[in-house]
Amino acid sequence: MKKTVNQKAWFMVLPVLLLVAFSAVIPLMTVVNYSVQDTFGNNEFFWVGLEWFEEIIQSERMHDALIRQILFSSIILIIEIPLGIFIALHMPKKNSLWTSLCLVLIALPLLIPWNVVGTIWQIFSRIDIGLLGYSLDAIGVDYNYTQNAVDAWITIIIMDVWHWTSLVVLLCYAGLQSIPDAYYQAAKIDQASRWNTFRYIELPKMKGVLLIAILLRFMDSFMIYTEPFVVTGGGPGNATTFLSIDLVKMAIGQFDLGPAAAFSLIYFLVILLISWVFYTAMIHTDEENQS
Amino acid sequence: MDLSWMGWTTPTALFFAFIGAALLVMIAWGIIAPQAPRVGLLRIETTPGDRLFISLLGSAFICLFWLALFGAPLWGALVCCLVYAVCVFRWV
Repeated sequence: MKKTVNQKAWFMVLPVLLLVAFSAVIPLMTVVNYSVQDTFGNNEFFWVGLEWFEEIIQSERMHDALIRQILFSSIILIIEIPLGIFIALHMPKKNSLWTSLCLVLIALPLLIPWNVVGTIWQIFSRIDIGLLGYSLDAIGVDYNYTQNAVDAWITIIIMDVWHWTSLVVLLCYAGLQSIPDAYYQAAKIDQASRWNTFRYIELPKMKGVLLIAILLRFMDSFMIYTEPFVVTGGGPGNATTFLSIDLVKMAIGQFDLGPAAAFSLIYFLVILLISWVFYTAMIHTDEENQS
Repeated sequence: MDLSWMGWTTPTALFFAFIGAALLVMIAWGIIAPQAPRVGLLRIETTPGDRLFISLLGSAFICLFWLALFGAPLWGALVCCLVYAVCVFRWV
């Protein structure tokens, strides 16, 4: 039976709307205002119309940063999602001290602040004092993340995988735990292979949490700033300058508030679109599961 | 209250007034003539509010593509946005 929809209930969220207005809507309005003007400080603004949007949308700099950002998000999703599922499948199923220990160990990277993760990997990867960099150098691997773009990419991807795969694992593990034993017993009676059990029981049951994991990881990776900034500072050259790093350089470094505001709005729209697609897919899956 | 730090301009004020008015109209419409969600072209269930959101988001991208391809002014894009919004409300 379908629940009755009462749109008047939305009035109950008015206090939250006021808070959101203060913390998000008003700042966003300000960004929109800045995006059509030029300013040199002192609250003096000069109308420029859509010039900044035109400049940003046609700029090579924005295109390159966007391509790097999409590439980064795609790579980490391709690695973290299967790896997270794999680890979750191999976690102990029954509640025991061992299970708790595994969960705590898995969750540990999630508790570390982003700038600390960046610092850890910045030092860990250095060829002069870092364990990883020094060891690779010692065995003759030509590795230097400060000078080689590929090395810098490998370092930040491994860092992200190290930091965030745990989230995927925990979500998948929660999904797996919710599967009743009867499903596995039925699979056993049907003599289903391990792969078929995964394909037809575990994966469909994990669909909801996997969508949440993909959404969270996509959004986080698409907005990533602190970790790559601390590790590589966007370099070597511009090799790891992602959208947010480029945006901060433009807004704070160059104090180009107009172009930075236009950049922010385009960035915001892209995230909004992709998040809406994921959200809709998630809701659609939930409805399918319920019916 | 001094709002000069927000850098308000008439066009941006009109833009937000339009979005605010659209939201208010949708609320009033929802109260006066409640509509059941329906499944349209996208094969997803949408309410009028969802269709407004899809129209606004899509319109933003139409304007961006217009700027990337033809540059300012956006009058042509605005016509495309209106046609797109009508299509969304009719078929999505």
